[in-house]
Amino acid sequence: MKLKLLLSYVLLVLIGVACFYPALWTVLSSLREGNSLFSDHFWPQQWTLDHYRELFLNNRTDRSIPYVTWYLNTLKVSTTSMVLGTLIQLLTAYAFSRFRFKGRKNMLTVVLILGMFPGFLSLIATFVILNTLNLLDTQWALILVYSAGAALGMFVAKGFFDTIPRSLEEAARIDGASHMKIFTTIILPLSRPIITYISLTTFAGAWVDFIFARMILRTPENWTLAVGLWNLIDSYNSTEFTLFAAGCVLIAIPITALFMYTQRFLIEGLTAGASKG
Amino acid sequence: MKRNAAAAGWLSALCMGLGQSYNRQYAKGLLFVLIHAAGIYLVTSKLFPYLKGLATLGDKGQHLEKVGKIFKNVPGDHSVFMMIHGVLAALVFLLYIFIYIVNIRDAVSVGRRREQGKDTRRLNSSVFPWMLLALPIVGVVFFTIMPIVFTSLLAFTNYASPNHIPPRNLVDWVGFATFKKLFTLNVWSDTFVGVLTWTVIWAILATFTCYFGGILVALLINQKGIKFKGFWRMLFIIPYAIPQFVSLLILRNMLNEKFGPINQYFQAFGMQGLPWLNDPFWAKVSVIVVNMWIGIPVTMVLAMGILTTIPQDLYEAADVDGASGWMKFRNITMPFVLFSTTPILITQFVGNINNFNVIFLLTGGNPATMKYNNAGQTDLLVTWLYKLTLDFNQYNIAAAVAILIFLFIAFFSILLYRRTRSFREEDMIQ
Repeated sequence: MKLKLLLSYVLLVLIGVACFYPALWTVLSSLREGNSLFSDHFWPQQWTLDHYRELFLNNRTDRSIPYVTWYLNTLKVSTTSMVLGTLIQLLTAYAFSRFRFKGRKNMLTVVLILGMFPGFLSLIATFVILNTLNLLDTQWALILVYSAGAALGMFVAKGFFDTIPRSLEEAARIDGASHMKIFTTIILPLSRPIITYISLTTFAGAWVDFIFARMILRTPENWTLAVGLWNLIDSYNSTEFTLFAAGCVLIAIPITALFMYTQRFLIEGLTAGASKG
Repeated sequence: MKRNAAAAGWLSALCMGLGQSYNRQYAKGLLFVLIHAAGIYLVTSKLFPYLKGLATLGDKGQHLEKVGKIFKNVPGDHSVFMMIHGVLAALVFLLYIFIYIVNIRDAVSVGRRREQGKDTRRLNSSVFPWMLLALPIVGVVFFTIMPIVFTSLLAFTNYASPNHIPPRNLVDWVGFATFKKLFTLNVWSDTFVGVLTWTVIWAILATFTCYFGGILVALLINQKGIKFKGFWRMLFIIPYAIPQFVSLLILRNMLNEKFGPINQYFQAFGMQGLPWLNDPFWAKVSVIVVNMWIGIPVTMVLAMGILTTIPQDLYEAADVDGASGWMKFRNITMPFVLFSTTPILITQFVGNINNFNVIFLLTGGNPATMKYNNAGQTDLLVTWLYKLTLDFNQYNIAAAVAILIFLFIAFFSILLYRRTRSFREEDMIQ
């Protein structure tokens, strides 16, 4: 029994190291002098914040890296898509959860199937449509693409709304409350966990996406972080690794912190999705 | 006897909004009349040229024309724009017809209420869900359904480089020729079959390694006698919390054959490093292991939630009967976990078929091979499609592949969904 426990602890530590190591290594690389991927020592011999400074000041002579602009762009795109996407998703889920209208079951099946279809499969079509709307190379196009499809991910929220007892609304209706009033004063305050979950996932989705961003945004000043960083490593590859690592740390920190902080909601959301069956 | 319903219905069929006005709903009537006017204008002036464009895809490409005394290059028809305009026009036309029908039904139902002497305003609750859904539906129609329709149409054209790229050339309808090419022409069919086989193998392996790995890790933490359970869980969830895009690019560098730290450690122990991303076999191993690194935390979290719901007396009873640890796992734990996570298992399987990020960001589909046309050894159908679209401009083949993926996924999800309890017994919960 003792031996088994000891073995378990060894395994746990090993898995822990495997989970934590890449993150630690990236942080250390970003603080290392020089610019190469290769290094003889795990701990940097010379600590430096130069790479971070370089990202913020954009004072390189050979190449402009408008990291701060990218950061602001990304914030703008993700925040707007989060607000729009969450709103759309909540409305859809509420409609499907609470009302029985004609064609509802068929629409549910359609939503399920379309939701399984990754948007980038019809990439070229989206591109042509945005081109006809004259929206290419704008951040609004990106926001539109991210939030327009948000309704398709509504199953988790619908599952949540399904669990709110109907007697609450019926009581309110007898008191003469309108549909809109019931939604805003009864349902929404009760749905804080699910609203947190949806906003977080839509925000993170927009924050890290680069498939659409790479296709839509053409000029470097319009890029989001994902595209910018991708280009940084794609064109310079391992020769600018430390700079890339610093960029990664700055992108990952807010999202990782947010995820860790709101873990509880995320896990609730995931489990809600699981018990759907 | 009153005949309000029939009269209102006929009036509305004659011209949108008349029936409503007859029912004394003037504001609604005016709105419908305006929609009607706009609809008639669009149908008479725009619809037919656009539909004709959709059918012909243009008849004159970029060509030389004599302007005055010199020949000039004149832009011709742009087939792809004609196509999208045609689809849009058809969509708007369908919408118009739909509103027309809604208008007639509305007039009839209000008329009927008048016949029965009821209040005509109490129809709100059937309209409200549609009000909620209006915005989402518009979004989905324009940015999900229309692209899918358009992509499906592309599969039946010859829109591909080098000979059929507008505006220089025209694109034509070719029927099923693209699919025929994909299945019978050796260059394409070898790639298709090869990539498809690896996609299926990958989806099965990736799903099962993550699934069972996650359950095992959860069991490991949940053992009696393990301290700091919360801490371990927190630690193991890190890979899930870091944005995938960042962690994958970092791992790609860590696995670098020459300079990456992993091979460096191998060498420090006197072993030779491995060509993690450059050898066909090891590249496949790498993507699966890295996918485990990313995917295990999710299953772990789910499994830990389910483990706490298993009644403890089952285990106690098993102990009394002298069951071994393995028997308890096999007969109590696994059935419980499997039962509650089957839907997740299937969603993860479908998700892995479309797992673009892991493959594209880690290996980019490489290592390259001569056997395949525009694809590498670790390419999945989706990454191959992405390359065909963005790098090689083979739009028709890409569209055909997209349709096949879509059919496959649709089949799976309908199968899954129709079987879930939440669909069949939805209304019994409350």
